[in-house]
This record gives sequence, structure tokens and C-alpha cells, in this order.
Amino acid sequence: MDQLDKQLMNLLQKGFPISERPFKDVAATLNSTEQEVISRVQAMLDSGLLTRFGPMFDAACWGGDFTLVAMEVPDDRFEAVNEIVNGFEQIAHNYQRTHRLNMWFVIGTETSNEIFEVIKNIEQATGLPVFNMPKEHEFFVGLYLPA
Amino acid sequence: MMTLSADQQAGLFAAIEQGLPLVERPYLALAEQLAISEMAVISTIESWQTQGLIRRFGLVVRHRKLGYQANAMVVWDIAAEDTERVADLLAKEEVVTLCYERPRVLPHWRYNLFCMIHGKSREQVLKQLADICQRHQLNKITKNVLFSTKAYKQRGGRYAATANGA
Repeated sequence: MDQLDKQLMNLLQKGFPISERPFKDVAATLNSTEQEVISRVQAMLDSGLLTRFGPMFDAACWGGDFTLVAMEVPDDRFEAVNEIVNGFEQIAHNYQRTHRLNMWFVIGTETSNEIFEVIKNIEQATGLPVFNMPKEHEFFVGLYLPA
Repeated sequence: MMTLSADQQAGLFAAIEQGLPLVERPYLALAEQLAISEMAVISTIESWQTQGLIRRFGLVVRHRKLGYQANAMVVWDIAAEDTERVADLLAKEEVVTLCYERPRVLPHWRYNLFCMIHGKSREQVLKQLADICQRHQLNKITKNVLFSTKAYKQRGGRYAATANGA
């Protein structure tokens, strides 16, 4: 990553212009060119540095729902349970963490009722309880990782 | 402002949920694809952003690739009347990337406030946390730090559900 990549990364995490020539507007603030900005973003996507480029929708506002859940999975069953859990298409961001509750993941569905169905199905498929911790209140912060 | 029909809005949503086209005039490209005007695309996306339907617009970084190897979920057991005050302090900290109040699940889980800290190493994260606790006098609050040891499914989804940001 050179200086321009870093500048782009930092700038474009904070927003993107909604204008006729947005890449040109970005290029102007970085002393670069429209074509250069487009090809840099493409290269960062191709290399896997970015997961995506575009809008992130707030699921709750569009009728969808999310929750964070945790499970206590015995070590000798971890891989097997993990495979079952990841087999559900509604699961994202599955992390193994340093706690007795060692498996943490997000369930995202189109309707709120579906969350409970997915939880029930995971409990049945694994024989383990799923602890549901939906957000009650969000304290807003910006997700920004300086390059 | 130009308004699109519900069908046209659904079409635009579907067209951009995978990402914005990387061309000189991305909004025109979308407009042509949907047989609507560029102005209508621009004003609709602008209004989605103003209404909060779009939470963030730009690029989403795969944090491990940037060298942010340590992903800590810091959880706190705080009395109800003190939660908001502490959460507001944490949310203002630059290294804190998410901050949520969630229900306790007793007796398995006693913590009700969750925040995420991404750092380049565990050591750095713990140092930043110690510094925050010191500055805001939070050392008396029972807390726990859960580092991730493995990421199994970090999906680049269409929704703004960043790690544990459900």
C-alpha cells in the first residue's frame, strides 16, 4: 500500500460523494485523477483488502433484524458445532472467543420472528443452548480504522 | 426531489446492495440499468442516507488485512442508572468502534454493556483499555475482555452488521 492507497482508505471509510462524477470529486481532494482512484479501489477489492464498496444498509430500518448470540461449546466438539452453525445462511461474523461462552456470532434475518426460529433450529441441531443478546440501546460511534 | 415508485426503489436497492459500479458515473450506470434518470438515482440515495436507511457509504475494510489482528469485545457489568453515562464516555473514545447495551443472561452472563476495540496487538488493546479506565475512573466496574482467537465467517454482508454490531 502506498501513500495514495492509505489516503483513499482513510477518506473513503468516512463517506463517498453522491454526485455525477464522485470519483473525480475524490481525486480532486487527493491531487489524483479519476481513473487512478477507480483503479485503486478496484485493486483493493481484488486483493481482498476491502470486503465491499458502496452503501451499508441498516437492516432494522428495512424490516430485517439482527441479534448477537453466544454458545458454550465443549472444546472437543468445537469444530463440529462450528460447522453446523455456519451451515445456517442467516449466520455471520462467527468468532471464537476467550471465555467459557466461546462461540459468538450474529444472526441476521428478514423478519424478527425468524431470529427465534433460527435459534431454536441451532439448539436442536447442536443440543446446546443459544444465549440471545439483542441490542437494547446503541451508543453511536464511527467505525474507522486508520491505514 | 424526484420520487421513484416502490418497485423502482426495490430495483435500486437490489442493484447497489452488492456494491457501487466502479465507473466514472456510477449513478448513471445504475440509472441506465434500471431505465430511470441519473438525478432520480442520486436524489433517492441521498434521501436514504438522510433518513438513516444507509448507515455508512464508502468502503469497508477487512480489518485483519490492515494489520488489526486483535479484536477485543470488552464487556462491562454496570448498574442500570450508570450505564448511559459510561457508554457515552466509551463511545467517544477513538479506539472504541461499537458500543451497545444488551440484556444479561443470568447466571451464564452478567455483562450488560459491550464495546469493541480493534488494535494491532492484544498488548496494545489492553494498554488502550487501561488508559481509558484510568482517565474516566472506570476501574471499579467489573469488566471482562474477550479476544477473538479465530474468525470463522466474516461476511461482507449488505447490512451494516459489523463484527458483533448486531
